[in-house]
Amino acid sequence: MSAPTTTAVPTGKPAVLRSEKGRRGRRGGYGKGGPLVYAVAAVVVVVTVAPVLYAYLGGFRSNAQLAASPAGLPDPWVLDNYVNVLTSASFWRYAANSAVVALITTAVVCVLGVMAAYPLARYRFRGREAVALVFTMGLLFPLTVAIIPLFLLVRDLGLVNSVWGVALPQAAFALPLTVVILRPFLAALPKELEEAAMIDGASRIGFFWRVLLPLSGPGLVTVGVLAFVASWNAYLLPLLVLNDPASQTLPLGVASFSTQYAQDTAGVLAFTSLAMIPALVFFLAMQKRIVNGLQGAVKG
Amino acid sequence: MTARPTSTGTTAPPRPADDAPPSRPASSGPSGPRGTRRGLSPAARKRAEIAFFVAPALALMAVFIALPVLQAVRYSLYRWNGLGPLDDFVGLENYATALDNPVFRDAVSNNFLIIAVSIAVQLPLGLLVALLLNREIRGRSFLRVVIFMPYVLAEVVAGVIWVLLLQPRGLVDELFEAVGLGGVTQLWLGDPDVALWTVMAVLTWKYLGLAVILFLAGLQGVPEDVYEAAQLDGASWWQVQRRITIPLLGPTIRTWGFLSMIGSLQLFDMVWILTGGGPANSTVTMAIYLINQGTDRGLYGYASAVAVLLFGISLVLAVLYNTLVLSKDRDDAPRPRRQKKVAR
Repeated sequence: MSAPTTTAVPTGKPAVLRSEKGRRGRRGGYGKGGPLVYAVAAVVVVVTVAPVLYAYLGGFRSNAQLAASPAGLPDPWVLDNYVNVLTSASFWRYAANSAVVALITTAVVCVLGVMAAYPLARYRFRGREAVALVFTMGLLFPLTVAIIPLFLLVRDLGLVNSVWGVALPQAAFALPLTVVILRPFLAALPKELEEAAMIDGASRIGFFWRVLLPLSGPGLVTVGVLAFVASWNAYLLPLLVLNDPASQTLPLGVASFSTQYAQDTAGVLAFTSLAMIPALVFFLAMQKRIVNGLQGAVKG
Repeated sequence: MTARPTSTGTTAPPRPADDAPPSRPASSGPSGPRGTRRGLSPAARKRAEIAFFVAPALALMAVFIALPVLQAVRYSLYRWNGLGPLDDFVGLENYATALDNPVFRDAVSNNFLIIAVSIAVQLPLGLLVALLLNREIRGRSFLRVVIFMPYVLAEVVAGVIWVLLLQPRGLVDELFEAVGLGGVTQLWLGDPDVALWTVMAVLTWKYLGLAVILFLAGLQGVPEDVYEAAQLDGASWWQVQRRITIPLLGPTIRTWGFLSMIGSLQLFDMVWILTGGGPANSTVTMAIYLINQGTDRGLYGYASAVAVLLFGISLVLAVLYNTLVLSKDRDDAPRPRRQKKVAR
């Protein structure tokens, strides 16, 4: 996302004609914004951020404060809600479970994804397009459609309440997109690298390990981030597979805490706020990657 | 796609075909300094490599995608509670029951309404914001991050917050009262006439960022000199957007429409948290109905039929959309087509 540079375009028209709007009309989708643009932007920001901000501030208030004036600022600031959540074992257990599930999902997706994409991108063999089509077809089947038999399968495999029972299916459903993104990425690595490696005596497997894998870092980060976020946020499959509170992930924890302590609005807000922190930090650190990954999936 | 034959042996003769019969004459013997230590011919070795790389991914997908999908079709033909033998074959009865069931039909129509409203609301709104953010305004990158943030939050987390915001005498009610619209306040999630619209408003909040980010990506592809030319001709900002930017953004918009449509059909998490499909089934979606009937009530055969119907509807819509809408892009711009399909 390159920001448009501000080179003045010498137009045939005298600048005076547009003096009213300042330097508007220069370039880049037609110039700078006026007050109206900023007003719209401000509304968008407020509407987007307000719910999240309300949750964080609400966590610092007492239930009495919340009931008296939902929109007010904490007065006085109450730390109890956050302290209670942070000192509860269950919150940390949920977070740890989420982290384990998401990390396993991501690792499986990255390893199997790059392995599968490698021959599809750089070998020539009969049936290659057919195999690639299998992965593309995988995109057609959403988890929702398979959820009932998937749950029964996980149950029959004895993986109920196990992180693997969630991580492996999540990884399977993340693989199609992963291969579809990685394949052109690997194919675009220059041919010369491969020839040089061959001349130096590397086998194709050696090339994979020593050249291709290190170079596919950026592509792997993109697909890894997408898989991680999807797995971290997942709700439906964990809802069915993880019944035991000891094995549940953060989204399940948030849902059950919010129903269990429905009267304790401030407590729920504190719990939910803290549950958001990992996702928000991860998002801020990775937002370029996430955005580029999504855009790449569309642009190609 | 630039895959090319690569040979393991430095002196291997050009192979006739990549999939030459594995039993190459012994003349090629240990046909290279490396790679054939186990006496495999290059072609066989290559096939073994391909299998080694691709098989794990295919196996995982076979077990956790293909098998469950096939099982769904199979279960859908039985009356089955998920336990015991699968022996009460009922043919298409589950399908007939579903199609005849008013709640399922409500779910289908709710899903379609959600698709329609998502497109009717998020498209213009997303375009507006994307066009604004494409200008040189201060804090533009901050705005991009902010508007995309809801998309990254778990639906459950966002849903729980919205439940609290929308509860009676919650922040939303208070804000309406503060601006003198106290009469508008109501049971946002508790009134059957209102709940679905409330859910759609929350969905708009959650997914507008995705539209904006994708549209911004598309805007990157609009060449700068087009604007310059238009400017020389004295076109106004709005004329330029309407006549140039938006048409050039066509492929991106159509791709987003596809994503939005498929996503709307799968809707579960947010609705489950906000309303659970209620009140009085007014916000029920196909996925909610499926889970209600399946794991909650133990009607696994019936729920599988609902899942197959959901898939069938998705597939029909996807094919229709592909032939009626996305084909446009193929005709005048064959280039990005392949990648588009990818973006589901």
